[in-house]
Amino acid sequence: MGMLIKAEDTTDYSYGCPPSERPIELHLDLGVVNLDKPPGPTSHEVTSWVKKLLGIDKAGHGGTLEP
Amino acid sequence: MLQYVTHADKTYVCVMALHEEVPEDRVRSVCREFVGPIYQRPPLKASVERRLRIRRIYSIDVLEVQGKLVLMVVYCEAGTYIRKLCHDIGEVLGVGAHMAELRRIRTGSFTEDEGLVTMHQLHEAVVAWRELGDESLLRKAVMPVEHAVKDMPKIYVRDSAVDALCHGAPLAAPGVLHLTDDIKRRRPVAIFTLKGELVAIAEALMSSTEILEADRGLVAKPTRVIMRPGTYPKQWKSKGMEKG
Repeated sequence: MGMLIKAEDTTDYSYGCPPSERPIELHLDLGVVNLDKPPGPTSHEVTSWVKKLLGIDKAGHGGTLEP
Repeated sequence: MLQYVTHADKTYVCVMALHEEVPEDRVRSVCREFVGPIYQRPPLKASVERRLRIRRIYSIDVLEVQGKLVLMVVYCEAGTYIRKLCHDIGEVLGVGAHMAELRRIRTGSFTEDEGLVTMHQLHEAVVAWRELGDESLLRKAVMPVEHAVKDMPKIYVRDSAVDALCHGAPLAAPGVLHLTDDIKRRRPVAIFTLKGELVAIAEALMSSTEILEADRGLVAKPTRVIMRPGTYPKQWKSKGMEKG
């Protein structure tokens, strides 16, 4: 995958924030967890556990394993 | 957002149990026949419509055959039923087979080797943060959302184009700075700031070459906005409300 340059410009660091420097609350809000789900609880149950654990109101999971 | 993860290619490690022993070279050759597009009807318990559909198997790597057990790694398109695949391989072998064990080891850009955490580790990381004020473990356990679109075609835009995108407005050619060479019309593209923040996932309206040459026109239309509006200053004007 090559990178093409259409134009050059700079970015203003007085707003926005590089992903690695986000305040922890924003990091959690815009975060993904590569979770090793144990067999047993369903993806839905684990999602709701993670939501409670992190104290966030929105969370989802990226796919269940087949029945 | 997560549909881009759900629809990504998957890799599984699986134990297939044959119902009778079969010579190893025969197992390997039949597995090779299943590489490529295959027909699958979702199983009875599936959550999707049970009509015959085509799924692509990119590779089946037989790691070990021990008696009736076959350990293999299957790399396939999203929506492939491995249980079905094992059953069908058993049919072709003429002895029958079923899936004995299954573990997904990769979903798109998420692998077992990179940042995989257990529920215990996540819990410990949260406790360290809340009770000891140490956020370092949590920062490692939770990855930035940008990781999910790591392998997608990308467009990097000017600061001045960001807030309009956050409000769902399409991206016009003059807002584009850098882009990857794999953008295709009508396919998803991830839109980034120069700081490496994901702004939105969009549908490309032009290919990489077209975007590179365009002086005007719309290049992508957001389908999912990730960045909160107001993160970047508003630099667009509403009709009839021009600033004095």
